[in-house]
Amino acid sequence: MVRSPQSPVLSIHGLIKDVGPLSSLDGKMLRVVSGISLIAERGQVTALLGANGAGKTTTLECAQGLQKRSGGSISLLGQDPATAGAHLRSRVGVMLQDGGLPPSARPLPLLRHIAGLYARPWPMEDLVGRLGIDTFSRTSVRRLSGGQKQRLALAAALIGRPEVLFLDEPSAGLDPQSRQLVFDLIAELRNSGMGIILTTHLMDDAQRLADYVYIIDGGRNVAEGTVQELLQRSPAAEQGADQIRTLVFEAPAGLDLSTVLPDDVDMSEARAGSYTVTGALTPRHLSALAQWWEAKGIMPASMSLQARSLEDVFLDISGKDIR
Amino acid sequence: MSTAATPEAQQPAPLLRRVLLQGKYEALTMLRNGEQLILAVVLPLLALVGLTVTPFLDGMGSSRINVAVPGILALCAMSTAFTGQGIATGFDRRYGVLRFLSTTPLGRGGLIAGKVLSVLAVLCIQVVVVGLVALALGWQPTAAGWLPGLALLGLGAAAFTALGLLVAGTVRPEATLAITNLLWILLGAMGGIVIPAERLPATAQAVVHFLPSGALGESMRAAFLGGAVNGSAALILLLWTVIAGAAAIRWFKWN
Repeated sequence: MVRSPQSPVLSIHGLIKDVGPLSSLDGKMLRVVSGISLIAERGQVTALLGANGAGKTTTLECAQGLQKRSGGSISLLGQDPATAGAHLRSRVGVMLQDGGLPPSARPLPLLRHIAGLYARPWPMEDLVGRLGIDTFSRTSVRRLSGGQKQRLALAAALIGRPEVLFLDEPSAGLDPQSRQLVFDLIAELRNSGMGIILTTHLMDDAQRLADYVYIIDGGRNVAEGTVQELLQRSPAAEQGADQIRTLVFEAPAGLDLSTVLPDDVDMSEARAGSYTVTGALTPRHLSALAQWWEAKGIMPASMSLQARSLEDVFLDISGKDIR
Repeated sequence: MSTAATPEAQQPAPLLRRVLLQGKYEALTMLRNGEQLILAVVLPLLALVGLTVTPFLDGMGSSRINVAVPGILALCAMSTAFTGQGIATGFDRRYGVLRFLSTTPLGRGGLIAGKVLSVLAVLCIQVVVVGLVALALGWQPTAAGWLPGLALLGLGAAAFTALGLLVAGTVRPEATLAITNLLWILLGAMGGIVIPAERLPATAQAVVHFLPSGALGESMRAAFLGGAVNGSAALILLLWTVIAGAAAIRWFKWN
């Protein structure tokens, strides 16, 4: 799908990034990004999905002006981030994967300091209250939990009321309550017109947040679209399986399901007594299974039926090998 | 939502304000750090007292304290600009602080300017504290020495700041910690900064003149003892500043 954005905040075309020379490659350069292109729009969450080492963070850092690109072009709010100055940086918020917060600093003085770098910062009390930072405002960064550090890093990225917000793995280390709080804020910011670009390897995050998804693998674009489009356009879906469901149930071990269900579904006993049935399941399949359970006097201890997820699509596209 | 992105584009605070803020923040961070404070103030004061009660500097000037103070001020510059600032920058680099701040309106240039400013601010405090203690101990500086002395102290701070950034930006922070502390001890004891080159072993004298520590120590003593500018020492300091600065610009890694 080719996007025709109304108001792109970020356009990347054919990004190339080489690193090195590396002694492990006999002094040769290593290409870590090989022609990635993407567009992010105002008022949308654009997600870069990929396994560790896929090139997501490098792509983002080139877009933020933190790394020099080796080729291709980048336009951030109409300017080249590699050469832009303070005016562009004042319109962009960045939450780095490793936080970028000094361990000896205390949250409030640190945020006040960063706020002073902008002409019209976000009112401190409002931001601190919304992210729950007031509960640990006097604790040094090194004593904060992972989730507290993430919330503080998000506040530091937002304090300048940016038009574009980069979030690198924003939910890493967040407890469920913090995650919900951060996700609600991201949704609110998107609705206010902010362009948000996030990287994640957590498919659930992308499925919940993203308006548009780029799947990155081996430094290249391998798929893109809305979550719904990706679910419908994966290789499995192109084989007529966009209605694929997964049924998982717990029952006595060693059951032979091959005579119960037709060959067009996959069946496996992942561990003793835990069965997985995957395919374009219809009520007919479920009925056959229920009748067989009734005939055999089996009552499953648990049962769940799930639609295909973005994670299934991602694994279809990028493969299941460990990188 | 009124607090998020606004129709009116955000603007950075004025450049001077950004740099001043960063300088203030870094200086306060340095002064609140106990280890840094020991390095910046306590150890130089101990060295000052030590040199006034021992005969190391006898025969080099009108009094021990008059010979000792210029070297101690030079030691202060090395403590703050090289060791203290180098260690802080090394760990800021490790924790991604440099990368984060360079994405803000401060930018890389503002960050470096803020660091230089914080070094100068702490150095001013050191000069006041050491000066007051030295005056209490009987220091009688040459009036004509203040202007060249403080100017050369600033040049020395620039040379050591460049060296500190070079180390901090090229090796791991643990290595920066080890290198800058070790060099502080070696240069402090044998680098001609506190103890003049003439009192060091003959083999060391030829080398010491060309070290930034030796050049700063000599130029400070020339200024405060005789109200003179040691041109060759000042030139050596300038060369160290330019070469280390260029090397830091070339090889400093922000990641």
